[in-house]
Amino acid sequence: MNTPLTIAGREFESRLILGTGGFTNHDVLGSALDASGAQMCTVALRRLGGGRDPNHAGSILDVLDAAGVEVLPNTAGCYTARDAIVTAQLAREAFSTDWIKLEVIGDDRTLLPDAVELVSAAEALVEHGFTVLPYTTDDPILARRLEDVGCAAVMPLGSPIGSGMGIRNPYNISIIIERANVPVILDAGVGTASDAAVAIELGCDAVLCASAISRAHDPAAMARAIRLAVEAGWLARGAGRIPRRRYAEASTPDEGLPVFHTAAS
Amino acid sequence: MTVQVTINGDRRELPAGATVASVIDSLHNAPEGRGVAVAVEGEVVPRGKWPSTELRDGATVEVVVAVQGG
Repeated sequence: MNTPLTIAGREFESRLILGTGGFTNHDVLGSALDASGAQMCTVALRRLGGGRDPNHAGSILDVLDAAGVEVLPNTAGCYTARDAIVTAQLAREAFSTDWIKLEVIGDDRTLLPDAVELVSAAEALVEHGFTVLPYTTDDPILARRLEDVGCAAVMPLGSPIGSGMGIRNPYNISIIIERANVPVILDAGVGTASDAAVAIELGCDAVLCASAISRAHDPAAMARAIRLAVEAGWLARGAGRIPRRRYAEASTPDEGLPVFHTAAS
Repeated sequence: MTVQVTINGDRRELPAGATVASVIDSLHNAPEGRGVAVAVEGEVVPRGKWPSTELRDGATVEVVVAVQGG
């Protein structure tokens, strides 16, 4: 892709950001990461020794470092601005980065963002010098509020995390894109390659994808498929789609059409 | 003299004067260098202050590492 993705002054060739959640092991993650071409990956913070597999502790950074990708820590699992702020500060300490994917969720069934806590956390983190990339709803007003408090990008959901339902409200996503002065990254909802292509065709600057890849039957193959879909979406967007019409418009000319039978008799 | 502290949800008895650094040293699986961070009473303790940060009786310590997510 010719034009790099620029977030807070940093350039990325790839418009696919890989979420690392849900991979069965680090080898699968590594091969999917390689196939995805992603240059930035999310990681989460959890208690040392508190995970399902203590052998995973620490070593995810080895996988990401070996691939040479940027680490984008998240605040997954935080329900309050207060917890998200402490988590972001821990992430800054652990990974030596000011970048944070801010997630403040409202409940554990929908995993939808809590708008009030989200804006509050975003504002505080920007004041503390963080580069904030907030996971948000597809509400254009909330996206604008997040931009107003200084977020470096907005990351609206296409549909709930892990739902694989694609972009449920493309009109809202389009409005967010039209009005945003920061990159718009579709976060959550991508279920397969075509969803990612649609996101980029709509005008999203990038796509963040985790479950669609990590929970696919063949994660590396899906990673490659979504990578190509993002590239295809970008090319299609630049090429300019034809307008939608309710009636057909023949692509074959009528001129010179042979006449085989006369209307007479 | 000892202090009672809670480390990642587990109650532990440590010698008085125990520091964040000594707690980290006592935890196996603690990764070297990058990828680990500590909060005491909800406040992040920068790595450079681990050796000088003593844990008072009743302190709550959270030690976090990078995991897959997001």
